[in-house]
Amino acid sequence: MKKYTYTEKKDTRSGFGDALTELGKKNKNIVALTADVAGSVKMNEFAKLFPERFFDVGIQEANMIGMAAGFTLEGKIPFASTFAEFITGRVYDQIRQAVAYSEKNVKICASHAGLTVGEDGATHQALEDLGMMKMLPGMVVINPCDYNQTKAATLAIAEHKGPVYLRFGRPKVPNFTPENQKFEIGKAVVLNEGKDVSIFATGHLVWEAIKATEKLEAEGISVDLINIHTIKPLDKKAVLNSVKKTGAVVTAEEHNRLGGLGESISGLLSSEYPAPQEFVAVNDKFGESGTGDELMKKYGLDAESIYQAVKKVLNRK
Amino acid sequence: MTDINKIPPQIRRDIVRMVHDVQSGHPGGSLGTVEFFTALFFEILRDIQPENFKIESTGEDTFILSNGHITPVYYSTLARRGFFPVSELSSFRKLGSRLQGHPSTHDGLPGIRIASGSLGQGLSVALGVAQGKKLNLDNHLVYTLHGDGELQEGQIWEAVLYAGAKGIDNLIATVDYNNAQIDGKVDDVLSLGDLKAKFKAFNWEVVDIRNGNDLDAVIKGLKEAKNLSGKGKPVAVLLHTKMGFGIDFMEGDYRWHGKALNDEQLEKALKQLPETLGDY
Repeated sequence: MKKYTYTEKKDTRSGFGDALTELGKKNKNIVALTADVAGSVKMNEFAKLFPERFFDVGIQEANMIGMAAGFTLEGKIPFASTFAEFITGRVYDQIRQAVAYSEKNVKICASHAGLTVGEDGATHQALEDLGMMKMLPGMVVINPCDYNQTKAATLAIAEHKGPVYLRFGRPKVPNFTPENQKFEIGKAVVLNEGKDVSIFATGHLVWEAIKATEKLEAEGISVDLINIHTIKPLDKKAVLNSVKKTGAVVTAEEHNRLGGLGESISGLLSSEYPAPQEFVAVNDKFGESGTGDELMKKYGLDAESIYQAVKKVLNRK
Repeated sequence: MTDINKIPPQIRRDIVRMVHDVQSGHPGGSLGTVEFFTALFFEILRDIQPENFKIESTGEDTFILSNGHITPVYYSTLARRGFFPVSELSSFRKLGSRLQGHPSTHDGLPGIRIASGSLGQGLSVALGVAQGKKLNLDNHLVYTLHGDGELQEGQIWEAVLYAGAKGIDNLIATVDYNNAQIDGKVDDVLSLGDLKAKFKAFNWEVVDIRNGNDLDAVIKGLKEAKNLSGKGKPVAVLLHTKMGFGIDFMEGDYRWHGKALNDEQLEKALKQLPETLGDY
C-alpha cells in the first residue's frame, strides 16, 4: 500500500483556528462567536486581528446559537464554536429551530469531541453529537481526520450556503493529509485500494485505520480504506462501489455506535447491498477520565481494535 | 394608506375566523396584541418592503416574533400589510400551507425570517441581527415581541444580560404583559416579580405602555422607545394588554390561550367586530 507519513503531530482544532483567521482576512462577512473558550477553540488570532467581528458571549451557549442565526439575516457568515457537547446537546432545540429548520447559514464548530478530551471525563466527552446533528434535515456533518484536512474543511464550509456541523478535537495527531488539499464536501477519500475488506473511518480513527491496514496488508489481506470525512451527505457511491468489491465492512469512529457513521453505512447497505459489518465505536456507554490514549484503548477505538474487527468480519464473509 | 383605526377590528375578525376554521391555534395572545402589530407594521417599522420581501434584513427595521404561537395576528397583519394575498389566510394550519401553525421560513412565506414556536429564542436571534446591523453601519432598529410567560425561559435572561452588558442599543424588545399563560396567571404559575426593576437591573431602559390595547397609546409608547434607542442601552417595552381583547367573553381569560371558538362563539364574536376592510 501507499506509505503514509507525517512530519509532525498537530491538533485538528488548530486547523480550524488557522483557517478561520485566513477566512477573516479574505471575507469581511465572517464573524466568530465563542462561549468563554476562545483559546481552547483557537480563536485568539482571529480575535486579535478582527476584534469587531469577534464575539465572546460568555458562558451562554443557547444565546450564542440564536445570535449566530440572527447574524445571517444581516449577510454574515457566523462560525460559532465551543466544546462538542455544549454546542450540540446543550443547545439542540436552538439549533433545530433557529438554524436547521430556519435554514440559516450557520457554521457550528465543535471542538474537544470524543474520548480524546481525556481527563475531563464523560461530561466533556461528546459521543452522541454526530447522531444528533445528522438527524436534522439539511444539516451537513463533517468530521475531518487531521490538521490539514480540518483546515481545508473549514475553508470549504465557508463557501457552502447552509448549516454545517464541523467536528474536531484537542489531541495532537499525525498530520498526514496533503497541505492545501481541496476539500470536497460529501466526497470520500480513498486511502488504499483493496478487495478483501472495506474500512470506512472518520476523524481521529482514520490514522488508526491506516496503521491497521498496514498490518493487515503485511499479512496479505487486501484492504479498501476510505476516509469518510463527511458523515452527511454520505458518499453513497463510494461506499457502495467499495463494498461491491469487498463484501465485508468495518466502520471506525470516535462516537457512540448508536447514531454514528457505522449506523449510516449499515443503513445504506441494508437497503442497497447487504454485507457483514463490524463496528469500531463506543458501545452505548459514557466515557470516563484518563489519558486520551488510555481511553481509546480501553473503549476499543485503536488500530488493534480495527485489526481485530477486520479479522472478525472476514470470518463472517 | 387605509385609516389605521380600521385595521384592528378587521385583524380580530381574521384571527377568530382563522382559528375557528381549523379548530386550532392561539386566539388569546393574538387578540391581545392586535394594536401592537398594527402600530408596528402600519406606523413604526421603517423601510420594510412587503411586495419585495427578502430573507435578509439589511436596510430595514426588522421584527422578530419570539412567542411564535400567535401566528393568527402575525399572519393577518402581514397579509393586510401586503406581504402576501389576504385570501391565503384561509389556508392557515392546513396541509400544504405556507401559513404553518408556528412561523416557518421553510415554505417561503413573505415576512418570516426565522422560525419560532419553541419559546425563548427570539431575543438571541434579535441580538445577532442588531450586532450585524452595527457591523453593516445600518442604523435601522430591531424589534421583538415576547410573551410574559415566555420570560420564564432561561435563554431569555442570557440574552437580557448580554444586551444590557454590551449596550446593544438598536434593540427594542416588547413583552406582552397580560399575566396569562397556558396553566393560569403568570403570577400564579411562576411570578416574574418586579419585571421593570429586573430589566433596569440588567441595564435596560424600560417603557411602560399602560394601555396596550389603545392604538394611540401603543404608537406613542413605541415612538418613545425609539427615542430611547441609540443611547447605549437596549429598550424594553412592557405592553400591558388583555388576553382576548376585543371580544367580551374572551377578555382577560387565560383559557383562551390556545382554544378555538365554536360556531356559536364565532357568531357572537363577529357581531362585536365590524368588517372594516372586507373578510378574506
